[in-house]
Amino acid sequence: MWQRDGGQLFKKNFFFSFCVKRAVLRCLFVHFLLHSSYQLFVINPSFLCFRPALLREQHYQYLKKGLRHLSDAYECLDASRPWLCFWILHSLELLEEPIPTAVASDVCQFLARCQSPTGGFAGGPGQHAHLAPTYAAVNALCIIGTEEAYNVINREKLLDFLWSVKQPDGSFVMHVGGEVDVRSAYCAASVASLTNILTPKLFEDTTNWILSCQNWEGGLSGVPGLEAHGGYTFCGTAALVILGKEHMLDLKALLRWVVSRQMRFEGGFQGRCNKLVDGCYSFWQAGLLPLLHRALFKEGESELSRQRWMFEQQALQEYILLCCQNPAGGLLDKPGKSRDFYHTCYCLSGLSIAQHFGNMDLHHEMILGKEENRLVRLQQGCEGETGQCGWIHSEIDGFVFTYFFLFHVPPGYSRSTPLG
Amino acid sequence: MSGVEETLNESVDIKEDKEFDVEAEDHIGDDYFVDPTRYLFYRDRKEWADLEPVPQDDGPNPVVKIAYSEKFSDVYDYFRALLKNDERSDRAFALTAEAIELNAANYTVWHYRRVLLQALSKDLREEMRYITAIIEEQPKNYQVWHHRRMVVEWLNDPSEELEFIADILSQDAKNYHAWQHRQWVIQEYKLWDNELKFVENLLEDDVRNNSAWNQRHFVISHTTGFSDPAIVEREIQYCLSQIRKAPHNESAWNYLKGMLQDRGLSSPPGLLERVLELKETHCSPYLLAFLFDCYEDALENSNQKENVGEEERKDILRKALEICDLLANEKDTIRKEYWLFLGRSLENKSGSRGPSDKPPEPSDPASGQQEMS
Repeated sequence: MWQRDGGQLFKKNFFFSFCVKRAVLRCLFVHFLLHSSYQLFVINPSFLCFRPALLREQHYQYLKKGLRHLSDAYECLDASRPWLCFWILHSLELLEEPIPTAVASDVCQFLARCQSPTGGFAGGPGQHAHLAPTYAAVNALCIIGTEEAYNVINREKLLDFLWSVKQPDGSFVMHVGGEVDVRSAYCAASVASLTNILTPKLFEDTTNWILSCQNWEGGLSGVPGLEAHGGYTFCGTAALVILGKEHMLDLKALLRWVVSRQMRFEGGFQGRCNKLVDGCYSFWQAGLLPLLHRALFKEGESELSRQRWMFEQQALQEYILLCCQNPAGGLLDKPGKSRDFYHTCYCLSGLSIAQHFGNMDLHHEMILGKEENRLVRLQQGCEGETGQCGWIHSEIDGFVFTYFFLFHVPPGYSRSTPLG
Repeated sequence: MSGVEETLNESVDIKEDKEFDVEAEDHIGDDYFVDPTRYLFYRDRKEWADLEPVPQDDGPNPVVKIAYSEKFSDVYDYFRALLKNDERSDRAFALTAEAIELNAANYTVWHYRRVLLQALSKDLREEMRYITAIIEEQPKNYQVWHHRRMVVEWLNDPSEELEFIADILSQDAKNYHAWQHRQWVIQEYKLWDNELKFVENLLEDDVRNNSAWNQRHFVISHTTGFSDPAIVEREIQYCLSQIRKAPHNESAWNYLKGMLQDRGLSSPPGLLERVLELKETHCSPYLLAFLFDCYEDALENSNQKENVGEEERKDILRKALEICDLLANEKDTIRKEYWLFLGRSLENKSGSRGPSDKPPEPSDPASGQQEMS
């Protein structure tokens, strides 16, 4: 059923498009998909009466267990354990499930063991520091938000680490002796701003390097010259937002590219043009719309909606709830794929964005299905330390912590002088 | 992975037998005791007895604790020991291969392997053969491609690269790492000559391969560029001919727009007319969006031109807004919010529509056809 070629899928399902309400269509489509891929799990009756339910309890049990124990299938993520902490903690937070104090403390102590003596965090105890687990660890600690959590981070060494991976052309390598791509700029900008060690010198030329990743398609690529891709586009755009330079992008071209990534039948998003839908892009792609909404607003755009993001929010919720849930808990890419904590995190993040529109003054909800499906709309409030209006930050993973952290900053951090 | 698991269980069974078998001594000398194909943990290998393994320090109350297999723990306990001593030896080098097989994403192991490659002056040609095999097995891993790049750089020899990458792309024509490596090799070693042909072959195989369209743009922008009108015309012809074959191929339309947007969509002569012609037989939401872009571009440029009259401007605006409505309400409803925004935005910038709500008739029979498709 799943075609490698997005164009073929359009043709095959052409007959669906006549005179059928979209919700019915999506349910039928999903039903068809499930049978075609020989799914063994029972189809929850709630799915067929257009009030799909978020399987909160099942997801909670899956996450709670994973935070402690993982099977040997996770050996391939042995160099990404802070990510596992982040994906699980962020998912629990979205589900409004509290983290027991003891667990939170254990996470802090584990992440402390992942911190490198030369600064930054590694994929596991004894490994080398790397920007991706550094991002994950710092953001996980911010979710925990206790004094113990903040005290884990060695800010001076973290700055040393960031300098050690900075390149002359403005880019960052992911680790010493490692590869360059736009994820690194986002990881660096996020942790630097969260821990208040961000200086203009550290990101000198980074803006121009990121801008050179915007290509003929309007989206951003991993490095200049490559194809526009949802994950890299989010990283590059969010990095520029943190640096206050998002207006330098061709926002109109970027907007056109990202809205075009929503699949008209599936309702979810694809990562690149003419590729397949994937639940994780519910965050990487849909998450760009709030960023662009704010960026355009700042540029003086007067015709922005005051109720909705510029993507089909209901369709995305339908895709996630109907196609991306494992009945035993956990979320996934598309029907037929296995659940994992990465997809659980980003499907839930995307669901939250699709449910909530707004800023400080305005909040508009659109919950598909039962009321209990509502996810937490991450923190909002007044201006942060840097004087930036924090409202848009509230929906965005990692980015939200930028805002959240600045607002809730513990005494030690707010009064510390920026390093370097 | 299951292979590893089976081996593990057999080793455990043997150990248990030895413990409980009172006549164990009778088995000394039997083949299975010294079978070289039987996997032996590092902790049982005589040549490693001098090294004290280093267990992972997860702390007293671990989180996200992975249930490593015995083999995994054993290999990594010894890897940690080597790292701690910064041992630079052939046995260390051999162990990195085992560690990589167990988790090819462990960038610390890869880094260490590179240190050893240099410290021991290992044969880089052999390393190329090794990394070729690993990439074939695990083509979607960052570390393996970065490692290959390092070896190619050390050898200063890209001669195998284009063929190797072509082979990987034959298995997955959109592998992002493969394309990244390809672009690096081409740019670094100036291997542009045959790339446009390579791209065209890929597009023959699958005209919807967006990675190939991107590579087309990459090659042209770094060689002839898009300034020469002859090149632009050639590319327009190429796009339109692909569109005729597959009208609902978003990549071709995006390429057309992407190529022209800096100079203005209305700059190539006759393009609008060619697209309006296609609209009759090969319409798609992408064609309509392209038309909108042409009209918007014409309006923007008409600000600078004095020969575009007020009536003509109004007419272009009307057509553009009609397309927005059509896309929002009928042809591309998933993007309704976006098309409504674009319509409001354009209206706001250019002045509003006339009082009548119904689609106005064309004032001049020669100026254009009805917009409804």
